[in-house]
Amino acid sequence: MAQASKSTQAAAERRGVPARVAIALTVNGVERRLEVAPWTTLLDALRDRLDLTGTKKGCDHGQCGACTVLLDGRRIYSCLTLAVMQDGAEVTTIEGLAANGALHPLQEAFIEHDAFQCGYCTPGQICSAVGMIAEGRARTADEIREAMSGNICRCGAYPNIVAAIQEVMERS
Amino acid sequence: MIDFQYARATDIADAVRRIAADPSAKFIAGGTNLIDLMKEDVERPTRLIDITRLPLRKVEETADGGLRIGALVPNSDLARHPLVESRYPLLASAILAGASQQLRNMASTGGNLVQRTRCPYFYDTATPCNKREPATGCSAIAGLNRMHAILGASEACIATHPSDMCVALAVLDAKVHVTGTAGGRTIAFADFHRLPGDTPQRDTNLRPDEIITALELPARGFAAHYTYLKVRDRLSYAFALVSVAAGLEVEDGTVKEARFALGGVAHRPWRDPSAEAVLRGQAASEAGFRRAAEVLLRDAKGYAHNAFKIDLARRTVVRALTQAARGEPQSQSGKKVV
Repeated sequence: MAQASKSTQAAAERRGVPARVAIALTVNGVERRLEVAPWTTLLDALRDRLDLTGTKKGCDHGQCGACTVLLDGRRIYSCLTLAVMQDGAEVTTIEGLAANGALHPLQEAFIEHDAFQCGYCTPGQICSAVGMIAEGRARTADEIREAMSGNICRCGAYPNIVAAIQEVMERS
Repeated sequence: MIDFQYARATDIADAVRRIAADPSAKFIAGGTNLIDLMKEDVERPTRLIDITRLPLRKVEETADGGLRIGALVPNSDLARHPLVESRYPLLASAILAGASQQLRNMASTGGNLVQRTRCPYFYDTATPCNKREPATGCSAIAGLNRMHAILGASEACIATHPSDMCVALAVLDAKVHVTGTAGGRTIAFADFHRLPGDTPQRDTNLRPDEIITALELPARGFAAHYTYLKVRDRLSYAFALVSVAAGLEVEDGTVKEARFALGGVAHRPWRDPSAEAVLRGQAASEAGFRRAAEVLLRDAKGYAHNAFKIDLARRTVVRALTQAARGEPQSQSGKKVV
């Protein structure tokens, strides 16, 4: 059971205040235990509670993709799920992609191809691309564009984003 | 966001018991629509009942050659399920035409059916909306209504149902399995969504104490002759202005069975047996497709900004039926319409 102790919950419900709920998330390979209010989104838990501010809050409504993270290996929008619902899940954020001091190949390729301008959408773009490559469906540039359409870049760096992803796909 | 209580349902009976006990509670699964609406202050449940750990994630063959799909199967998994790809490619195509992969990874099969309209006035709590607040009026009828309904609307509401998946499910004659305090029942897909009439606050005929447990598809999947053709303002990650799901059975150039439905034009997927009857037993021809489109759109009515959708819908029906008859379904990645 995810909830804090039953007596805490009962007492809080008597006061009309929803109890905070104890959850455990494995974030970038490390187990993190925290208590969250039920209405805390996964995005806010990552940024405000775990200080992982690489994941960005753009629209906060599932329209821009800046908050994309990998949940149990699949890309999702962290602004549209509640932290409490993800108790026990594995989350990978942009901070978790580099290994042993070396950038992830997609991070390298984004730098190499100048695949950003302001950089705000970049963590979401890269996490989304990691998920897309793992899905193993997109092959052509058209297919990459379609598969990446859930990540908006208002600077318009799309051609370089597609080129960066294509290069990593070809190498792997 | 608003505050609320949170509980996790332990089994289907527990979920039903909890929803029946609290009229202001809501189920949450994928959350992609509900959490958004809660952030906008449009939905204000005092309690969320998390159903995501219920055992409703299987896709199974039924005894009569159909498919039973658990209500919690994510949209992305359903679109890529081998039996859906091989036997019901229309369903896979419609799912892939909607949203983005991130949303499809989150959104559930059951949740897709009960998602709410994207009418901007429904979202804007500063404006009247009969669907959000009954008897306050409809802001869209005399407002910006480019995206709105051309069929089956009422003076109370001209909102459209936003789902792509549901347009395919209408064509496939899906059934919706639900469980409530009175036990289980099965709802034909055509009876699941409602027209707005004078109670637009009710999108579906699901009762307040019921949970969707599964969808069932009959054996007929139209895998040889189908298409999902979606026309929208940008090529991806946008709601339909008009979409058409079509499934045909064609033998020696003659249409043996024809099914087609419109999305983005009404409060529910729009299907009309009398339009389908026009094609049955006839040669598959553009002239026939045009006649069928005329019948399907015969009661269409435009408003200030969306009258263009009537012609667009006619042409999209003809194009979709042509694609289906040729066995050349619309690609959902290469977006060129042929």
